[in-house]
Amino acid sequence: MLIIHCPYCGDRPELEFSHGGQAQVVRPADPSKATDAEWTQFLYLRKNTRGLFAERWRHLRGCGRFFNAIRDTTTDQFVVTYRAGEQPPAIGSGGAL
Amino acid sequence: MSTFRTTKGGRVDRAHPLQFTFDGKAYVGFAGDTLASALLANGVHLMGRSFKYHRPRGIVGAGSEEPNALITVIRDAARRTPNLRATQIELYDGLVAESQNRWPSLQFDAGAVAGWLSPLLPAGFYNKTFMWPRAAWHALYEPNIRAAAGLGIAPSLPDPDHYAQRFAHCDVLVVGSGPAGLAAAKTAAASGARVILCDEQPAFGGSLLDDRNATVNGQAASAWMADTLAALAKNPRVRLLSRTTAFGYFPHNLIGLSERITDHLAELPSGMPRERLWQVRAREVVIAAGAIERPLVFPGNDRPGVLLASAARTYANRYGVLVGRRAVLVTGCDAGYEAALDLMAGGAHIELIADVRPPGYVAGPAEKAARAAGLRVEQQSTVLGTQGTLRVSGVKIASVDASGQISRGRSYDCDVVLMSGGYTPSVHLHSQSRGKLVFDDSLGAFIPGKPAEHSHSAGAANGVQGLTALLRDGATAGANAAAAAGFTASAIMHTGVALDGTMAGVPGVLSQPTVLPPAKAFVDFQNDVTTRDLALAQREGFESVEHIKRYTTTGMATDQGKTSNLNALAFIAEQSNRRIPEVGLTTFRMPYTPTTFGIFAGHARGDLFDPVRKTPSHDWTVARGGVFEDVGMWKRTRYFPQAGEDMKAAMDRECRAVRHAVGMFDASTLGKIEVVGKDAATFLNRFYINNWSTLGVGRSRYGILLRDDGFVYDDGVIARLAEDRFHVTTTTGGAARVFAMMEDYLQTEWTELSVWITSTTEQWSVVAVQGPRSREVLQTLVSDLDISAEAMPHMSVANGTIAGAPMMLFRVSFSGELGFEVNVPARHGTAVWEAIYNAGKPFGIAPYGTEAMHVLRAEKGYIIVGQDTDGTMTPDDAAVAWAIGKTKPDFIGKRALERPAMKRLDRKQLVGLLTVDPQTVLEEGAQVVATAGQTVPMTMIGHITSSYYSAALKRSIALGVVAGGRALVGQTLYVPMPGRDIAVVVTSPVFYDPKGERING
Repeated sequence: MLIIHCPYCGDRPELEFSHGGQAQVVRPADPSKATDAEWTQFLYLRKNTRGLFAERWRHLRGCGRFFNAIRDTTTDQFVVTYRAGEQPPAIGSGGAL
Repeated sequence: MSTFRTTKGGRVDRAHPLQFTFDGKAYVGFAGDTLASALLANGVHLMGRSFKYHRPRGIVGAGSEEPNALITVIRDAARRTPNLRATQIELYDGLVAESQNRWPSLQFDAGAVAGWLSPLLPAGFYNKTFMWPRAAWHALYEPNIRAAAGLGIAPSLPDPDHYAQRFAHCDVLVVGSGPAGLAAAKTAAASGARVILCDEQPAFGGSLLDDRNATVNGQAASAWMADTLAALAKNPRVRLLSRTTAFGYFPHNLIGLSERITDHLAELPSGMPRERLWQVRAREVVIAAGAIERPLVFPGNDRPGVLLASAARTYANRYGVLVGRRAVLVTGCDAGYEAALDLMAGGAHIELIADVRPPGYVAGPAEKAARAAGLRVEQQSTVLGTQGTLRVSGVKIASVDASGQISRGRSYDCDVVLMSGGYTPSVHLHSQSRGKLVFDDSLGAFIPGKPAEHSHSAGAANGVQGLTALLRDGATAGANAAAAAGFTASAIMHTGVALDGTMAGVPGVLSQPTVLPPAKAFVDFQNDVTTRDLALAQREGFESVEHIKRYTTTGMATDQGKTSNLNALAFIAEQSNRRIPEVGLTTFRMPYTPTTFGIFAGHARGDLFDPVRKTPSHDWTVARGGVFEDVGMWKRTRYFPQAGEDMKAAMDRECRAVRHAVGMFDASTLGKIEVVGKDAATFLNRFYINNWSTLGVGRSRYGILLRDDGFVYDDGVIARLAEDRFHVTTTTGGAARVFAMMEDYLQTEWTELSVWITSTTEQWSVVAVQGPRSREVLQTLVSDLDISAEAMPHMSVANGTIAGAPMMLFRVSFSGELGFEVNVPARHGTAVWEAIYNAGKPFGIAPYGTEAMHVLRAEKGYIIVGQDTDGTMTPDDAAVAWAIGKTKPDFIGKRALERPAMKRLDRKQLVGLLTVDPQTVLEEGAQVVATAGQTVPMTMIGHITSSYYSAALKRSIALGVVAGGRALVGQTLYVPMPGRDIAVVVTSPVFYDPKGERING
């Protein structure tokens, strides 16, 4: 069970959170202008990253807020978590900020 | 009393004899014994039959590594615990133990015929032989193989014990309480850190318990140990957990501990849990799990009486038990010599020490001590075989010359053979945490490399040898761990004096005149894997160690290869001309030793398995014999049987009441969400497919929610209570996920909207009052609100008072009849339910349940999301496309509905299906085909989603989805069932009152 740092509440056990999938998947402002291929990309195609991965979490059984995290999918270690709407910190090689 | 108990020494209490039975025969042991030590004291080595060949097997080890002596302990019919290791079963007065996997008896086992057939039972035998016919695998082959090859039998009665669970946090968790673990705990505790020290054994001390002469700082090791533990026990920041196995290392330094609380007690104390699961979140972990001695691999090495040298030491020094009177030691490791010295000190005769190491090794301290004691040592030896049937009676030792030539050998009489192949550090927890392992050539074993988590391996588990070094390594790890946890720590050093035999050994298989000797040489005792099996697997092309493991089963099952893995690797390496690290390791799996299911279930069983949500009418319904069903966590009433009624009779009566008079239904389980804010209408316009801008205050509308892939996700009536306030209802099961979806879009997509949402599911109690006389019933209870047809048309909402409770009244119908839904604050729910029932009696009111509700709505073709839809249906497929707000620029799912695949004419569409025989009720889930008489595989064009007998229509009805179904109205299709094809006619899904006139009363 992971320990996740909620940017609003602090460190909490994974049991309090729900996973929200890949971060920074932006819903097109005007979906009617999206081609079928673009819409398919938005709906279905997600990264399956080995290594540092930006993803969404929600502190479901806590403050209820969504936030973003960068997690190493090979080790399950979090590099950083940050509030929704904020830009991800630049990640250098080896996960250094 | 017993012939193998020493007169003094050990940690057993000779003043407290304990009676016990093994396979029905009575024995006596002492307090402090394990079942294994007590049986050995009585001269019993034979404790089990092997898994596959049913070979007689005895004790190999003295702790959790024991592969052979798996025992069932029986307290009563329900408390029957199979597959316990005799070496870990603490003796209590009256203990009843039985051996396993034998019939009719342990001494004579009919299953041993498998041994004679063994040339026919090589690795992969089952996979190769029982291929055909396929159906026989489940019916015939597997049940018989499982019965013949096996472990103990689980009890069939429910477990009467209970199990506890706890979370704990600490700065430093120390796993293992040998010299390294104690030193680590002492240093970490001295720094002020919160420390948990756990050990799988009943007593703390680890290897110190097995040593006769060791001293620490000039003090007897036992005295130093006692002082250290007493100081730790007094420290309020330290928790000591004995009988507690660290079974798993989970991410972010979460360690699972299994604490056994009552299994060692003769009388079970009432109220105590049998076991407790600890989920320990440790800042730092010190893994001081020790090392396990390896058996040697030679022909006949599985005969009872052939056991690990370290186990013989433990039995002699800790339990005062000699494993034999006349011993031969076969060793590839200096530390093995210590066993010979200890047995000699206990009065046993050491016939011979056969050292199997190749020439050129440097004699260690234990060998020197043995030679000084006058013990006979034959170097460059090997073992050609053993003699005896149920117990070893001799061993054939040969010599290996410089060119590898093996002599004819000579037999030595003995009643026990000790073997020592060197020590394997217990790297399980380190490896479970995904820490790297490195091969240590000098030790001939894997040791922990770089940790992946916040862990520190120490002591023998870290490949360290010698008492002083173990104490130093532990103290250093304890100091490092405490420092990493933020404490100022300095390692507390000790000087230990012990014989300090070295741990390096000779992994692999002893030299034989032929590569594969005629007698079986076992690599894995528990799984009956021999050198032949491993060689065969390689000949058949299995190269990866993971594949060889699965093909031969070496290293699997309950002991997870604790004694066998390295020998198997070394043999594979030798056979394939690779080095051991090139062969690689199989994954270390948790649990370290088997755990009960009980600790994971904890209190979550029976009534406590899941929370129960009850509606306001619950107790009223229980008192009237209502029948419930589980819907999510809710208890919902299925039907209200009257005297003599079965379910169908009750349903039919309830349906008739709604169609002809009035019925009442507890709809409190519907999800409810209040959506508030100046942008509430804008939000709902984007969220649901409908147009909400045109909905006036005091009106409601049936809403459909899609996901962005265009498929129906939820539905429900939504009312506008004010310009900026909506009351949204959801399906019973969908409330939480719809709420979560709203939060998602509000927080991450449409952050500019000013909207708040609040779950009000449990704030409102809802009674649906449905039927032509529903208005009359409510008029007797509501005086401050005009609920006439003119003042309250269909789909209107108004506030008033009912039976003294504030009420939000919906004119709404899920039955097709005139209907209302009475919403009151939950605290008034029960009173209002009863008031409506009492007021309704003169009008013939009938409470109805979910069964009648389903029939009533199906008669009208109203869908239930999740029953008539399955996550691949568009609004058009579900025949609710009329609800789409056509002028809206966007809503969730709108763009997806434009994809070509969503517009195909052959999509499965909701239709009505009427059986040609009106009395035949179809089965939900049955397939629909176009023509009768098809053979499997048929061309399936749809399936039944809802099917009932309709009392109102006096015939069966069904809803289903059929490819291009709406174009097939009037045609006959077929529902194939065993033995017949049921003819059905495609119709509109609205069976009753198709013009919808009844809804207006």
